[in-house]
Formats: sequence, C-alpha cells, structure tokens
Amino acid sequence: MRYLPHTEAERQALLAVVGAGAIAELYVDVPAEARLEGLLDLPPHQGELEVERRLAALAAKNLTAASAPSFIGAGAYRHHVPAAVDHLIQRSEFLTAYTPYQPEVSQGTLQYLFEFQTQVALLTQMEVANASMYDGASACGEAVLMAARVTKRNKVVLSGGLHPHYRDVTVTMTGFSDFRIDARPADLDGSEDLSALADEATACVVVQNPDVFGRPHDLRPLARAAQAKGALLVVAVTEVVSLGALLPPGAMGADIVIAEGQSLGNALGFGGPYLGLFATRQRFVRQTPGRLCGETVDVEGRRGYVLTLSTREQHIRREKATSNICTNSGLCSLAFTIHLALLGEEGFRRLARLNHARALTLADAVNEVEGAEVLNRSFFNEFTVRLAKPAAEVVSAMAERGILAGVPAARLFPEADGAEDLLLLAATETNTEAEIAAFTEALQEVLS
Amino acid sequence: MSQSRDKSGEQVVLGREHAPETTAGHHGLEWEEPLLFELDSAGRAGVDLPEVGLEKNRLGGLERRRPIGLPGLSEPQVVRHFVRLSRKNYAIDAGIYPLGSCTMKHNPRLNEKLARLPGFAEAHPMQPAETVQGALELIDTLAHWLKTLTGMPAVAMSPAAGAQGELCGLMAIRAALEHAGDARQVVLVPESAHGTNPATAAICGYQVEAIPGNGRGRVDLAQIEARLDTDVAAIMITNPNTCGLFEYDINRIAEAVHGAGGYVYCDGANFNAIVGLVRPGDLGIDCMHINLHKTFSTPHGGGGPGSGPVVFSEALAPFVPLPYVVHGADGYRLVEHRDQEPGAALSFGRLKAFHGQMGMFIRALAYMLSHGSDGLRQVAEDAVLNANYVLARLKDVMTPSYEGPCMHEVLFDDGFLKDTGVSTLDFAKAMIDEGVHPMTMYFPLVVHGAMLIEPTESESRHSLDQFIAIMRRLAEDAKAGRVERFHGAPFYSPRRRLDEVRAARQPVLRWSAPTAEAAE
Repeated sequence: MRYLPHTEAERQALLAVVGAGAIAELYVDVPAEARLEGLLDLPPHQGELEVERRLAALAAKNLTAASAPSFIGAGAYRHHVPAAVDHLIQRSEFLTAYTPYQPEVSQGTLQYLFEFQTQVALLTQMEVANASMYDGASACGEAVLMAARVTKRNKVVLSGGLHPHYRDVTVTMTGFSDFRIDARPADLDGSEDLSALADEATACVVVQNPDVFGRPHDLRPLARAAQAKGALLVVAVTEVVSLGALLPPGAMGADIVIAEGQSLGNALGFGGPYLGLFATRQRFVRQTPGRLCGETVDVEGRRGYVLTLSTREQHIRREKATSNICTNSGLCSLAFTIHLALLGEEGFRRLARLNHARALTLADAVNEVEGAEVLNRSFFNEFTVRLAKPAAEVVSAMAERGILAGVPAARLFPEADGAEDLLLLAATETNTEAEIAAFTEALQEVLS
Repeated sequence: MSQSRDKSGEQVVLGREHAPETTAGHHGLEWEEPLLFELDSAGRAGVDLPEVGLEKNRLGGLERRRPIGLPGLSEPQVVRHFVRLSRKNYAIDAGIYPLGSCTMKHNPRLNEKLARLPGFAEAHPMQPAETVQGALELIDTLAHWLKTLTGMPAVAMSPAAGAQGELCGLMAIRAALEHAGDARQVVLVPESAHGTNPATAAICGYQVEAIPGNGRGRVDLAQIEARLDTDVAAIMITNPNTCGLFEYDINRIAEAVHGAGGYVYCDGANFNAIVGLVRPGDLGIDCMHINLHKTFSTPHGGGGPGSGPVVFSEALAPFVPLPYVVHGADGYRLVEHRDQEPGAALSFGRLKAFHGQMGMFIRALAYMLSHGSDGLRQVAEDAVLNANYVLARLKDVMTPSYEGPCMHEVLFDDGFLKDTGVSTLDFAKAMIDEGVHPMTMYFPLVVHGAMLIEPTESESRHSLDQFIAIMRRLAEDAKAGRVERFHGAPFYSPRRRLDEVRAARQPVLRWSAPTAEAAE
C-alpha cells in the first residue's frame, strides 16, 4: 500500500511500545456487535495505473468543451486559464496547507487572502470583502442572512432575474428561520420593476446583474428605492468577468455584492469546487460571514497578516456566530488571485471586451438563423434566444451533432409559462469564429 | 558554522550574533515580499490578449469607465511573487501536521492528475445528461462507496464542506419532523463539539442546549436521558469525539433519542479512526457528514475547498437536497426539481449552485480505489496505532486528559505546564521553532489548555520519533524553567508573534493606495 509507511514488523514494534497485543485492543470502546470482522464488499487496493485507467475511462465518456464547441453559461463560464495558475496552486506549500490558524508559518496563505480581498473589493467597487464562501449561490444565502442581522427585519425580495439556483439556495438557507421570502416569477421579458416592493419590513432586495437572461441593469433607481425604506440592496454577479466592462454594483449603490468567482482561475469542473465572493460596506464588517484576513505587525514591527474579527465566527461564538461556515474555498481563491494578477488592469479589461465582442458576433450570427431570435437589447457575454422549437429538443439535437448549445430556460424555470422555447447562450474568449459558424450552421439544420 | 580568518591567518568561527541586518530584510532563501499592488506598473500585463474596441457595443450604456485599480505585472513577476509567498507556509508535504480533528494526511498526486482530466475539468454542470454520463457515473460510484463504508442507505453529495453537511443533515431532520407535524425546537450538542455544530443548529432555527461530559471524555448518557423530551429534535454527536475517544454509549444514546422521537446527527469529522472497521449505520445514527478533505485525502488547500457528503437513514432519505443522481434504463440523470419525480417531492431544497464538489469527488474516489476495502481498514488501524504510539511515548512527560487508549488523536491538557509560566500557546509557538506545525490548541473546550494531536496514518515511525523527541524536549525545557524559548517563540519563522488585538481593533482588510500626502 503505497501511501502507508509502516511495514508489518514496524506495526508490531509500535504495538509493543503501546502495550497492546493486537490492534483490536485499541478499539475496546467500540461495541463488539459494531466491529466488522471481515472486509466490506468493495474492491481491493489497486496501483496507480489501474486507478488511472478506471477514471480515465469515465472521463472519456463525457463530451466536453475540451473537444466540442460550447456555448453554455448560466452561472459557470469557460475561460482560458494561464498555465502559470495551475502550476502555482499545485505548489505543496499552498495545496497541502491547512487553514492559517498559526499565522507565523502561514504568511503565504494569509498574504494572498489579503490580496484576494483587495481584488474583490476593487472589482465590485465595495469597501471590504471576505476571504471567500463556498460558491455564489451559498454566498447569496449568507448575504440575505446578513441583511436580516443588519436591519433586524425579515422580509426579502428575490428578483425573477436571479439565477433560480441562487434563489433556491437562499430559500433553503432561510427556510427554517423566521423569514418572509417574496421570490418573484421568472422575468422572461425583462419587465420586472422591484422598486415598489421594498417596504419598512424589508431586509433586502436581491437582484442579479447581468440578470440570468443576460440583461445588464442600471440598479441606481432600485438602490435608492430600497434604501429609502431602510432595506439593503444585494447584487449577485454570476459572471465576474463582466465587471471588466460593466458598471460595478458598488458604483450603483449596492450594500452587499456576492458573486461566483469561478470564471477567474477555476475550471468548469462539472460544477465545483467554485468560490463565492462576498463584499460589503466597511460599517457592516462585524456582521459579515466567513473568514477575514487583516493586516497587523509582529513583535519586531514587521508587517504581517492574521485571520481577524474571529469573534464573529463559529469556533468562538458557537450558536451566536454570523455563519456556520468554516472550510471555504481557499485554493480556488488563490487561483482567482493569480489569474487576476496575471491579467492586471489592462488584461482584465481586454478580456472583458473580448468576451463582449465574441457574444456580439454570436448574437449577430444567431439572428441570421431562421427560427432563432435574440431577445436581449443589451448583454455582456450571455443572452436569451427564442427558438421556433422547444429549446430542450434543440439542445439534445445539437449535442448529437457534437455541439454544446446552451441551457434551456425551462431547465432553470420549469414552472414558468413561456420558457420552453427560450435558450440561454454564452460566448467567451475561448469560442472561435469557426465554432460560432459551426454552431449556427448546426442550429439552422436542427430548426428546419 | 561560518569561518573567517583573524589577523594572523588562523581560522575562527563567527557566531550568529554577527548575522547582518540585510538590505531589504531578506534572510537567505526567505524573501520579504511586497503586496501585488506594490509591484504595479500601469499598462503591464502577464497575458497577451487581442485588443478589441467597444465603439460598437450592446452594454446598454452601462460601461465601466473609471480605472478598477488592478496592478499590472508580467508573468515572471507573478510567478516569483507567489513562489516567494509559498515559502512562508508550512505544509503536510513538508512535515507532520498534527492538527487534531483536521486529519492532515498525505494528499496523493495521482488524485490531482485525475481531477484535471479534460473529460472532467471541462465538463459544464448544465450540459445535457446524455453528454456527461461518465461524470454522473463517477458521482454514483463514489456514493456507492460512501454508503457501503458507512452502512447507510442514502447519501446527499452536494454539501460543499463539513459545516454545510451539518446543515444538510439538520435540515433533513427538521423537514422530516415538520412533515410529521412535529415542531420540536431543541438540539442537544455536547460541550466538546466543534463550533460548527451549535452554529449550524442555530441557522436551522433550533435552540441549542449543551450536554456536559461524563468526566471520562464522553457525553453523559444519564444527562441525555434526563433531558430528552418531546421538544428535542436531535442530538449532534461527534464519534469518535473531539477528545479522541469513542463514544461507547452511542447505541444506548441513539436508542434513547429515538425513543423520545428525536434523531441522531453524527459529525463524521473523525471517521478516519474507524473507516472500514466500523459502519456508523451500525451505531444507530440517522445521518452523518463525511469530510472528503479529511478522511479521503482531498487537499485542504489553505482553507478549502472541502466536500461534505451526508449519509442518511431510510427515514431521512426522502428529504435529501436537490440535485441528485439517479440511474435508470436510460442511464444516469439528475433530479433537479421537486416536481420532476415523486421521490423528490419532499426534498428540503438546494444547498449549492450545482451538483457538489466534483473535483473533490474525483480525488476522493481515486483515494478509495487506490486503498480498496483492505487498505482503508489499514488506514484506520495505522492512524489509531500512530496516535496511541504518541500517547505511549509522551504520557510520562505530558498530561493525557483521559485514561485508556485513544482513537486516531490524543488529547493532552496543560497540567504538565502548571507553575512553569509556559502556556499551551507558548508551547505551540516553540514547536514552530522546532520545525513542526503545532497541534490543535485550546480545543476541545472541555479540558484546560487543550493540545489535541492527530498524527494520521501518513507518518512513518521515523517521523513520529522525531516529533516525539521534540515534544519531550520541550516538555522538559518547560519544567526545567528554560522559559525564554517559549515566551519569545517563534524565533525562526517568517514572522514572529503577530498582534492579533491590533488587527481586530483597527481592522485593515484590504490594501489601499497611499494618499499623495503619505507618499511624500
């Protein structure tokens, strides 16, 4: 067994020092009837080669963006990750470290967390950010719980343009506490106006930008309307690259910004692990969930970093904590930080423009297809198309042609009338003109 | 030792007191590294991307025009920056990392390689099911291993980490009780529990009541029996517990809780002690989370990502969260909505945007296949053997908190430091100077100055002996009054003790550009 250092002779020697005749003597506290005598019905150990063959065979059964043109977004986006990112995050000292509970020997982790928090604050144009959450959806739930703590109110309005998975996670996380959640119906036509829905009992209004159908919004009127009633504006961003081109939530009056950070540094990976970004105003920092890294000095006066304000957290406050979160998305936030460091201001802006340009090309090409119509007046790198056939059938037919064609709106909103013929399409810098041409050609075939 | 020549040409040895103040504070291999933002040069980038204009755009008049403030660095600068930062970290790849209840075991590199196979890494979570049969089969296979290893009939794969697994378990319990019209309000949590347990119960809307220990490091059965009533929804019990001991009354506790109409939640953080040897399903529990980043070796990554699948009994299985994978005549598919099929109608909801921590699933399954049923059993036995070896070799110089053998971790208190002027914190910091990462300190809360040591099965006898020698030396130094090495510790780390009070009183949570005034 290649991962276990002891030889049988060493085990016997250690047992002798322990003073036990057999390993079973160390399990005396386990009720006899619960001790398994034989092996469980699972295969025996295997070498690297066999394990690799087995999992490679499973991987080979998937049709992915590695070989197929893909136009799927809806909360997870395929971007090119520079080679240096994966190399650096696999350094033993990052990959195999624990949470930085001993700061003197964890300055590497702590400094990048401080850099990560700064980057997130800059991207969202907010004052402070935490050291990451599990993903965008759980960060959304945490934002709502926080808004209730800040305002001491319990009514929540969720936009119909919010990704339904974010909506569902938020409803689930608040489901057993005293909340009144007003989840608005799917905003298929972009006509939703939430500004009249906030009242004196409202903790927060949650909107997504661009919304799940790809539409960017000017959130300033909604921010003013919500804040006039003492409610907070929570803004969700599922495509963080959009912040390189679009007015950030912090410039439009957001009180809490949560985002999915996967787009930078992290693979699609069939849905995880991802990383939730969480940013807010300085004055709410003591109500913030999750870990925070702060600057300080050591006894010699040298600058250093520690996890701080931990009296908010579960290991100190137990049932009175701001959240139960412990392990978060450390290594994913490192990948994010490195990718964004490589991009820099110039690279990040270019990346955002390139994404928009590809989406413009895709939208123009799709509009040329008979039986397909782009519904968005505006978008960043994702938009909604109305098809002459049910979108789920079209996606299946496209998959048979080796193209991953997008997400049927009805898969996200099965309850919504009129969603069956809507398809969400995304394009990123990874999509070539040739892929877009192949896509529209196949779409034309499928629709005719 | 450094050598030099004196005036007569004789070689003399210069001591460390001659060590220079270096130009920039670097010490040999260890560099003082500025923040990324302090390395900025406007216009520089570490990527080459084509320039496209936005003259013609469809951003709806909402362009971001002001500078974001991100620094510009080239690739070599970025690589050096993060390599230098990495050198300031301790890591399991570098040495023993005996954090109790954290299970810092070796992270096999095969698992990293397999998680990066394009057929997994490039799969989008919203692809049609027929294009991701291999990914769904992998999830189903891992689910089978988890169910078999725990002896439980159902598993929820989506929770992102242990704490979210706890939430998943308690939400299923609450959903089941409410479905039965039972509005219980109390969750019992032993004093020795992880802080996540009471925090989780609170998010679920429960009142938390602490259950004291029995003086032997276990929860007190009699206290539980006395407290049980129709208002108790569940007990959250960690087994093996955070004192490194097996809760020998577990079956009787489960019987009592079930008898009162409640459920037993098991915190599976310490499953490494019993994997392959004991099935939690045989201990009367109703649900348990499993930290794949502990027992099944997925790397902890400096604080995540984790993965916390939860196994369930038949009674709770109908309430598991969405989405989940099912296997039918047409292959594998995902159940994503309550009305998608009758079996999903009672699901308590959704915890994560997508299907779970797939990257961790791949690594954990590779670990399981590598060990097999025989190897996993050996893992538990070696982990327990190593902890007992540490206990046996340290019990004469340190103070074990409880009698008898331990499981995979051993708990000491600070009794052996009484009247030495050395605290648990000082002792931990002195371990850093000795080149090993400290154990978990001041947890669990049930003993004074706790030191919880979990060596794991990854440590060889040689490594254990080195660790033991360090611990014995430190214990002896403390008792002999050699306190400076403790009070000043650490001396040899990239930073010495940091001012945590200042960090909390005047929080500086991000870099800010120096103002023009300050820059002068």
